[in-house]
Amino acid sequence: MAYLTDRKRAEGMGSAKSGTLHHWHMTISSAALAVLIPLFIFTFGSILGASHAEVLAYFSRPFPAIVAALTIVVSFLHFKDGVQVLIEDYVHGAARKPLLVAMICLSYAAAGTGLFAIARIAL
Amino acid sequence: MVQLTLPKNSRIQTGKTWPKPEGATNIRKFSIYRWNPDDGKNPQVDTYFVDMDTCGPMVLDALIKIKNEIDPTLTFRRSCREGICGSCAMNIDGINTLACIYGMDEIKGDVKIYPLPHMPVVKDLIPDLTHFYAQHASIMPWLETKTNRPRKEWRQSIEDREKLDGLYECVMCASCSTSCPSYWWNGDKYLGPAALLHAYRWIIDSRDEATGERLDDLEDPFKLYRCHTIMNCTKTCPKGLNPAKAIAEIKKMMVERVV
Repeated sequence: MAYLTDRKRAEGMGSAKSGTLHHWHMTISSAALAVLIPLFIFTFGSILGASHAEVLAYFSRPFPAIVAALTIVVSFLHFKDGVQVLIEDYVHGAARKPLLVAMICLSYAAAGTGLFAIARIAL
Repeated sequence: MVQLTLPKNSRIQTGKTWPKPEGATNIRKFSIYRWNPDDGKNPQVDTYFVDMDTCGPMVLDALIKIKNEIDPTLTFRRSCREGICGSCAMNIDGINTLACIYGMDEIKGDVKIYPLPHMPVVKDLIPDLTHFYAQHASIMPWLETKTNRPRKEWRQSIEDREKLDGLYECVMCASCSTSCPSYWWNGDKYLGPAALLHAYRWIIDSRDEATGERLDDLEDPFKLYRCHTIMNCTKTCPKGLNPAKAIAEIKKMMVERVV
């Protein structure tokens, strides 16, 4: 490293020619969550404190079930993209890639589990 | 992992307290970061007392007075003393700014002066800006053209020239880049607000014919997309420029190309 020129260090391996789609997806999921989160709070809040049977009946209706499912899926996709940025920011070295893989798996697993729960109630 | 504490040899210790000027009634205390690469010691903060009745109004005036009258070993960069050269950028009272245009009346209490944050220190208040300048060079800060050179000059409309206002004034003092947490953690790859502001200055120059290549070079998760709109750059810029907006404009152009 000592004999690299300053310009060589600054250029590194050049541009990855990627990143814009990640940025675009995060922008889109942010906008979607700005709509979905209030809807979710509204639908979920209106049944909060009700009996088990009432909650099951409520989430078997299309609108609350679809809002809950979309909120869960979009939230975890947004989480996946966000946590990727977080790890890239703060974790350097060999730990970066395994941690990225783990967090991506966790995000998909959490979204899948949430969808399964909603489906089980709604269907 | 990102380094949250200073390495052992960078931890700051209490330094020398210099005597107060005799007979002075209007005295101000200065706490100044000192580090000498030749003595093998840790950095220290020295305390100086300056007679404000015989000192100019700017922080740089006080630094020059300290160097001339109290401690000639105090080391700092300075040149134009009017905010044009960008040499005297340092952290004053917690803000990255130019010592020559930062008035001491803007500071409450003691004046604390440190070098620009998170940069290797050459000596005292002088940071090593080698990588910062190399990053600036990497964005090709010059007019790139493919058309044959015109007989006279490359012409530009008044409206197109106005697009460069708020960009061309950057003096590359590095206050913005060294105030950016993303640049602190990933400065080896992230270009930082100063280089990106300059990149945008050439991207939107109506005479430049390398817009696509420039955007190609910037499209990278680290070179560009480490900017998380923290806005420290815009808040600290001593010239009142808005690097965060320039970066946002680059991101908008990137999306325009893809979507």
